[in-house]
Amino acid sequence: MSRIARRFAALKEQGRGALIPYLQACDPDYDTSLALLRAMPGAGADLIEIGVPFSDPSADGPTIQMAARRGLKAGSSMVRVLEMVARFREDDAETPIILMGYLNPIEAYGHARFCADAARAGVDGLIIVDMPPEEADLLDRPAVEAGLDIIRLVAPTTDDARLPLVCGSASGFIYYVSITGVTGTRTASSDELAAAMPRLRAVTDLPVAIGFGIRSPEQAAAAVRAADGAVVASALIKTLEESLDEEGRATPDTLPRVLTQLSDLAKAVRAAR
Amino acid sequence: MSAADTSGAERGVAGALPNSLRTGPDPRGRFGIFGGRFVAETLMPLVLELDAAYAAAKADPAFRSELDYYLKDYVGRPSPLWFARRLTEELGGARIYMKREELNHTGSHKLNNVMGQILLARRMGRSRIVAETGAGQHGVATATVCALFGLKCTIYMGATDVERQKPNVFRMRLLGAEVVPVTSGAGTLKDAMNEAMRDWVTNVRDTYFLVGTVAGPHPYPQMVRDFQSVIGDETRVQMQEAEGRLPDVIVAAIGGGSNAMGIFHPFLDDPSVRLIGVEAAGRGLDSGETAASILRGRPGVLHGNRTYLLQDADGQIDEAHSISAGLDYPGIGPEHSWLADIGRVDYVGATDDQALAAFQLCTRTEGIIPALEAAHALAHVAVIAPTLSPETLLVVNISGRGDKDIFTVAAHLGVTL
Repeated sequence: MSRIARRFAALKEQGRGALIPYLQACDPDYDTSLALLRAMPGAGADLIEIGVPFSDPSADGPTIQMAARRGLKAGSSMVRVLEMVARFREDDAETPIILMGYLNPIEAYGHARFCADAARAGVDGLIIVDMPPEEADLLDRPAVEAGLDIIRLVAPTTDDARLPLVCGSASGFIYYVSITGVTGTRTASSDELAAAMPRLRAVTDLPVAIGFGIRSPEQAAAAVRAADGAVVASALIKTLEESLDEEGRATPDTLPRVLTQLSDLAKAVRAAR
Repeated sequence: MSAADTSGAERGVAGALPNSLRTGPDPRGRFGIFGGRFVAETLMPLVLELDAAYAAAKADPAFRSELDYYLKDYVGRPSPLWFARRLTEELGGARIYMKREELNHTGSHKLNNVMGQILLARRMGRSRIVAETGAGQHGVATATVCALFGLKCTIYMGATDVERQKPNVFRMRLLGAEVVPVTSGAGTLKDAMNEAMRDWVTNVRDTYFLVGTVAGPHPYPQMVRDFQSVIGDETRVQMQEAEGRLPDVIVAAIGGGSNAMGIFHPFLDDPSVRLIGVEAAGRGLDSGETAASILRGRPGVLHGNRTYLLQDADGQIDEAHSISAGLDYPGIGPEHSWLADIGRVDYVGATDDQALAAFQLCTRTEGIIPALEAAHALAHVAVIAPTLSPETLLVVNISGRGDKDIFTVAAHLGVTL
């Protein structure tokens, strides 16, 4: 059983949903983002998504675009991202780590070499925004061989005819993109979420996490009542961004502010059901 | 057949070539390893719907005749094939013909594609059009047809390009379009493309994304090529009428590659016709400030397709550089990437300075002010024409007119307007 599957099974036993925070690698610098990554499980993260900075994040809103720019400016590369995961794994063997990003940095690294190195570093799953199942042929096999889960995205536009194709090739969990739009913008209503879940449950037994537009503890709680997990990304990055000094460097406030917000989200998620 | 053609054929995958080079893409939208549909899941159903809608329109004679009507009476087709006597004499070699796409309404080849896609968008019931633009030629063409049909229109344009293409920005706004300057990245075409995709993913229900070149997720590269192939189809007929045979050489500039694909495609299966795509070399192919994606890039995935991209070792996309805002893009249409790999089309570069010189040469000898994009093609013509025999029939695609560029050119020549 993979780390991701183990974690969702354990949470199910506890009768609660997963809180999945997101950080962008090397935002605003390598050491700060590694420190944040290491502190996240203690603040209530059940799984963690690490955004891999890309020059052209065409599915992301302004907050994550800026985070990616800071990360690249601070010297992020795929090698650095994997190094960061390996450092995290030195003292955390349990919290699943998922890399989220765009396909081209993986292509540049080489599909098979990337999967092998990522698995060795301690990565558990991949979310690749611009790789629909139809285009996954080059990555699927090396990912399976390396034991990495390919987490598929399902969107409100994914119709019933298409759902089995998307979910059939998924592993780990399903990432439900709750709105049509880029990250960090609108929030889906509970009615929209309630309407979406039965469609998903009908075609997959995998856990479902909801992402895009979840900012507040109340919204996170609503998401884990409707599904199995809540992804919070832009809201945390916004807090990080606000804590930086005028030159965009980390301050003594940076970690405490992000981690306090994460704890508040975690409390709400744990009290939700 | 020239030496370059022979080496090109040997570069190809021996024996693996299909009988026709004009049948692509395959059902997955691939030209060899290039192309595809690398988009977010939210967009995937839309891209599939577009594919089906385009296939249905293509098979419908009513769509064809509607498009022909607008191409003739609104765009002003066919565009002439002009024998450039003075330029031919000046360069002293090949007989140079110009395909006069700059005479189309709105001043470039862009309207051929925009007209086709907006008729399709109307068939699909879409009420709002979004598009990206570099030099503004595609934006102006889009805003124009939106005005014609009363459609809402939003154009994304890099902030740098808004600055260097002010006349086109003003035209678009006069035509009723909302022009949104994009400040991310270097503020050029790549960034405008990102922002247009963000708009599309947000407004999926009513919005049609009108891609201006032969790139993006399938079916865009195929569809835009089909709409632009009118350029090559006409050239074929017109050259037969003028000279009684096919041309020997066709030269076209390449940014994303739509004017080149439009004139090349009808000739892909004629091995006697040498096809040359001219990339913007910027300050020089090895200056690090170039837009020559095929000559200096390597395959990768961006904006929905796998193609040659200017990128660093980590797969981060580089900023392109060209004096021409329309060529200032770090990628290229996937069919060009394939044609380069199999050796059917030769790809070369022309620098900013060469383009500026050709811009003036064409203006002075033919009384035609070409767009800076087309000036890149002319720059290569100036290199090769003197080396070719007077019997050689050469066609250069004048993809647009240069009125929009006079401020840029004046600045480079040290003239204040």
